[in-house]
Amino acid sequence: MMSEGCSFMKGMFLGGIFCLVMSLFGTFSPGPQGDGHLHHHLKPVSKDELQKLSEAQMYDLTQQVRVYCVIMVTPKLLVYWATANDTWSKHCDKSVFYTSESSKALEALDLQEDDEWARLRKAITHAYENAGDLRWFFVARPTTFAIIENLKYLVLEKDPSQPFYIGRTEKSGELEYVEYDGGIVLSYEAMKRLVEIFKDEEKCPARGHALWKMSEEKQLATCLKYSGVFAENGEDAQGKSLFNKKSVTSMISDSMGKNPNDVVESCCSDLAITFGGMPAGQMQVMMYGVYRLRPYGHDFHDSLTFLPPKDSDND
Amino acid sequence: MTFALLKTTGDVKDTTSMFYTVYELDTMKGGNSRCAFSLGFLVGTCTLYVFLRQVWFEESFSWQRDGKNLTPPGPELNNNNLTQRVDGSALINLKLPHQSGEDGHVADELFRNVRILCWVMTGPSNLQSKACHVKATWTRHCNVVLFMSSEEDRSFPTVGLGTGEGRDQLYWKTIRAFHYVLKNHGNDADWFLKADDDTFVVVDNLRWILSNYTADQPIYFGKRFKPYAKQGYMSGGAGYVLSKEALRRFVEGFNTKVCTHTTPVEDLAMGQCLEKMGVLAGDSRDTMLRETFHPFIPEHHLTGKFSKTFWYWNYCFYPIVEGPQCCSDLAVSFHYVDPLLMYTLEYYTYHLRAYGYRHRYQPPEPAVLDPPSQTVKPTEVPQTTEEHVYKKSSNAVKLRTEARKTFQTEKLTNGTQKGNSMDSSLTSRHQSQE
Repeated sequence: MMSEGCSFMKGMFLGGIFCLVMSLFGTFSPGPQGDGHLHHHLKPVSKDELQKLSEAQMYDLTQQVRVYCVIMVTPKLLVYWATANDTWSKHCDKSVFYTSESSKALEALDLQEDDEWARLRKAITHAYENAGDLRWFFVARPTTFAIIENLKYLVLEKDPSQPFYIGRTEKSGELEYVEYDGGIVLSYEAMKRLVEIFKDEEKCPARGHALWKMSEEKQLATCLKYSGVFAENGEDAQGKSLFNKKSVTSMISDSMGKNPNDVVESCCSDLAITFGGMPAGQMQVMMYGVYRLRPYGHDFHDSLTFLPPKDSDND
Repeated sequence: MTFALLKTTGDVKDTTSMFYTVYELDTMKGGNSRCAFSLGFLVGTCTLYVFLRQVWFEESFSWQRDGKNLTPPGPELNNNNLTQRVDGSALINLKLPHQSGEDGHVADELFRNVRILCWVMTGPSNLQSKACHVKATWTRHCNVVLFMSSEEDRSFPTVGLGTGEGRDQLYWKTIRAFHYVLKNHGNDADWFLKADDDTFVVVDNLRWILSNYTADQPIYFGKRFKPYAKQGYMSGGAGYVLSKEALRRFVEGFNTKVCTHTTPVEDLAMGQCLEKMGVLAGDSRDTMLRETFHPFIPEHHLTGKFSKTFWYWNYCFYPIVEGPQCCSDLAVSFHYVDPLLMYTLEYYTYHLRAYGYRHRYQPPEPAVLDPPSQTVKPTEVPQTTEEHVYKKSSNAVKLRTEARKTFQTEKLTNGTQKGNSMDSSLTSRHQSQE
């Protein structure tokens, strides 16, 4: 009996040591985060910083931060296409719909391309070449709703001649990419590098590998990575994600489950930029909710002013 | 056992025999010990793993989280104590909730000057499924809140009206609720709002409308329907609000038997009683004549096309507008709102916004407030096409204030009939402006 007790104790001791060693190994393996961490999170400029600028500087910034919206549509998504056309895309400085095949109902640039990755490449190239003096690009499907003013606020004092690739980041193995459903933001420099690396068939193949097909978002991230452009997660001052691939109702619903005592506060950012997977009717409600519905007597003395678009009555 | 193991290790040839020796030793004499050893090993691993997980990982986890959700309940409770207190069955809000970074001084001033008591029609079976979400959202913006049920519930809290539940009890509940409210809280508010537990109300916008009137005027507001009453009546589900004078007259009506329980159709019965007592059915539309009280959810009004045979067409007092102009920017209520939509609307109204966006509709400031302070806005980006919006709304304001003034004097001196003629002249004025 004593000897059994002894062995038991020895076993326990060895087990403990074993566990300790294993966990030490575990914490060491991620190792030094290195440069990945430096450009991981992106926040908008603080209120204090903005207040330091003069009126003229403010006006210049408002003019500088102008967005070209690249909206990738297909006839299958006709309802969403029409809704995006009628709602948020009106707030882009320039919005172009790129389609796989033309539809009689709506205007779009017909890329005559079935493959999604190839279509995205063509659209990006076209947008870059026709950018004019626009320096920021927002790529999305019409199932995503975007609040462009909040996007402008996020990139306000960021230099578009630097490479920026922003959105809701996700990791797949070693690759950090921006989720398509949450919308993808690219600066002029990032677009430039992309268009350049599109020519490199090895690093950024046009058709992808036949055997295993990566989603366009990951292919984009890979190509950008080869150009030295890394994904950054857009967040507000409190660290809440600004880009969302879920719809508002989905997120509120999650919050009702997780934080029933503080549903709205712990759900979503006040300055959220995107919500994905929104049904068309809900997009119209969001348009009303964002640009019109408000409680009287609560003012935000924002440092910038964005005027409502012309020829529109739902905002 | 281990010592025996060590001693016999030496010759490579002998390793296999060694193993056999050990094995024999184990199986014959120490099978139990080996078991004990393995068990001990397992127990040791598990114990230390659990211990480590608790200590190490939770620490690093809390760093990553920015400590947001880890605030102990203590401070939160304190916050609640500062903003709200319970007085019997009533919830008294001491101040308005505010977003960080917002300037809510105008809303605060209205909170002080236009006091609203909100009572919510609910029942025992709806407390945890509907009423609690109402309590967590829009009622925080009322001055006083009461939840009216057939039975008393001290913990929620709800007032027990001593009625039954069901659609046939609606008017009884309403009558008793209003009597209770006047008796117990008549001095705590200037206006008295009735809403359902599936109504969403933007109380700040209600204050904006009511600030153009005074509580001693016999008037009430809501989503105006036209049939069954000369001046129409207000939809129950979309919520309606009575001035203090209107409430007094309602209670007096029952005291003098001018009003009785005529029908369980609560909103219609209310309208008929108030009409008899000389209370005016007000126009709750904004200065662009867009509706503020809504009997359906936003999606319905904004995107729905009501079929021509739908009863709604024949009921609405004012012309129905389909599409985005159905609804004022300063909407007051929506109905048939489930809990999920309740939180979503709270998010849309009070939280989510477009940074720096200059709204098309610039509502005029109510007269009850001090003249607007002379703070110059930091950016005056040149206006182009939007100026016409300003002109239009200010004209509309002039028109309405003129109409209201004549309205009021007429109403206070005479009965319903005169009021009606004023009403028709008001509409004709609107038409001539158009």
